[in-house]
Amino acid sequence: MSQSRVNEVLRRILAPTIAMVVLLVLWEWLVWYKGWPNYKMASPSDLWPAFWKFRGLFFELGWDTLWRTVAGLAISIVVGTLLGMVMGFSRIAREALYPILVGFNAIPKATVVPVVALMLIGLHDLNTVLIAFLISFFPIAVSVSIGLSTLEPEYRDILRSLGASKFTIFIKIALPKTLPEFFGALKVAVTLAFIGTNLMEIVEPHGRGLGHLFDSGKISADYPLMFAVLIALAVLGIFLYYVVIVLERIFAGWAERE
Amino acid sequence: MQVKAQIHLEGVSHSYLTADGRLPVLKDFSLSVQKGGFTAVVGPSGCGKSTLTRLIAGLIRPDKGEIYLAGEKVTSPRPTVGMAFQNPVMLEWRSVLKNVTLPLEIVAPRKPWQKRKERARELLRMVSLVDFEDKRPSELSGGMRQRVSLCRALVHNPEVLVLDEPFGALDAFTREELWQVMRSLRKEEAFTCVLITHDLRESVFLSDEVVVLSDRPAEIQHVAKVPFGENRKLSDLYTGESTELLAGLRNQIEVAQGNAKEPQ
Repeated sequence: MSQSRVNEVLRRILAPTIAMVVLLVLWEWLVWYKGWPNYKMASPSDLWPAFWKFRGLFFELGWDTLWRTVAGLAISIVVGTLLGMVMGFSRIAREALYPILVGFNAIPKATVVPVVALMLIGLHDLNTVLIAFLISFFPIAVSVSIGLSTLEPEYRDILRSLGASKFTIFIKIALPKTLPEFFGALKVAVTLAFIGTNLMEIVEPHGRGLGHLFDSGKISADYPLMFAVLIALAVLGIFLYYVVIVLERIFAGWAERE
Repeated sequence: MQVKAQIHLEGVSHSYLTADGRLPVLKDFSLSVQKGGFTAVVGPSGCGKSTLTRLIAGLIRPDKGEIYLAGEKVTSPRPTVGMAFQNPVMLEWRSVLKNVTLPLEIVAPRKPWQKRKERARELLRMVSLVDFEDKRPSELSGGMRQRVSLCRALVHNPEVLVLDEPFGALDAFTREELWQVMRSLRKEEAFTCVLITHDLRESVFLSDEVVVLSDRPAEIQHVAKVPFGENRKLSDLYTGESTELLAGLRNQIEVAQGNAKEPQ
């Protein structure tokens, strides 16, 4: 391994690690300097004990949050892709649906949460997944429709001039060609779906998910627990994001240039 | 009706619907290309040359008139046609080789992969790209992409090759290189070709017959036979004979452009 390669690895590992340590030290120092009790502001050294105390719940409820997010995202992918296909192939459908979608997307989803919670009262899993879906399908639908509608006509013509069916053209050209746009949107959507899941879990008192654990921390003024949940959510969010990155590398890696 | 020519257009009219009503692009247009022939079509910008290629390929139907390929009336796209465009679109997620074999997946889905590969390689060898078969299209230059695009247009042994300004976006030297590639392809492969171009020298170097179109709605204004044989060289373009031919064609283009009374 050459010297420059070693330097690069060191830089990529050391730089973020040092930044993280500096941040934690500053945080710890601030709490100590101000003399805040941990029901006012938790310090990093309080987080591990808080996590350890409720470690079983962290994993159990973390699993709830994870599968709900993934389920909501899965529905988003199916519905978003279908909507995007309809809007991408038909100009009339695009003109008809676009204002509705934009209007729907403009509604802050925090306001939809109580509405859905009331409409489907008691169906905790369903309405959590539903919010994760509602908040995250928009970018997928838009990017798939743009990817399809901006396909250069020559792409279609090389196969159409041989008598290929529309379906064949879609499978062989339109679909793979749209994958980079799709994954770009999926990176946004996965974060949104995660937000949606937590919104519902925090608002609805049904005792499941990390959002609920956060809410419990709030009710019992257990700041270390609340902060530990935030960290857990960050870890889960990063995990989901990198799963998408890995999938992107596998399926749309060709779009990356040296 | 018995039609002998490989490509035959008979009284074809076509128009597009625009905001200001119907815009006629071709009017009572007739053209014949014999089997193995190579006809270049030149004319002012926007006179309907690309429409002509799409009509021959069966991608659009004419308002009036008939189009025959090998005596058969064209009503829809057919696998005996190969096409290349100015924009050499590549499937970026596939290797060069698999871009070339693409038409075979439609035209000859049962042909074994080994056979497809051999055929694609044969063509890539002719255009000197055989070492690039595993590369991604994004690693190729514009001229190389256009070579791949020509291979793709020919891989399924089409009877008719339709070229819509394939060299239009290339620099002058690359273009001349590709003209020579085109000539050697013509020696090896059996096809009848219609080439749309803006480049008069290109039309003379590549074709047997140059057709000059008038401005919209396009009619045939002038036909020039090219007096050079099969083994023509680039230097042939700079003889007195070809200068005279080119000057004549240039003059015909002026006439065609002069006919444009309405501003574009």
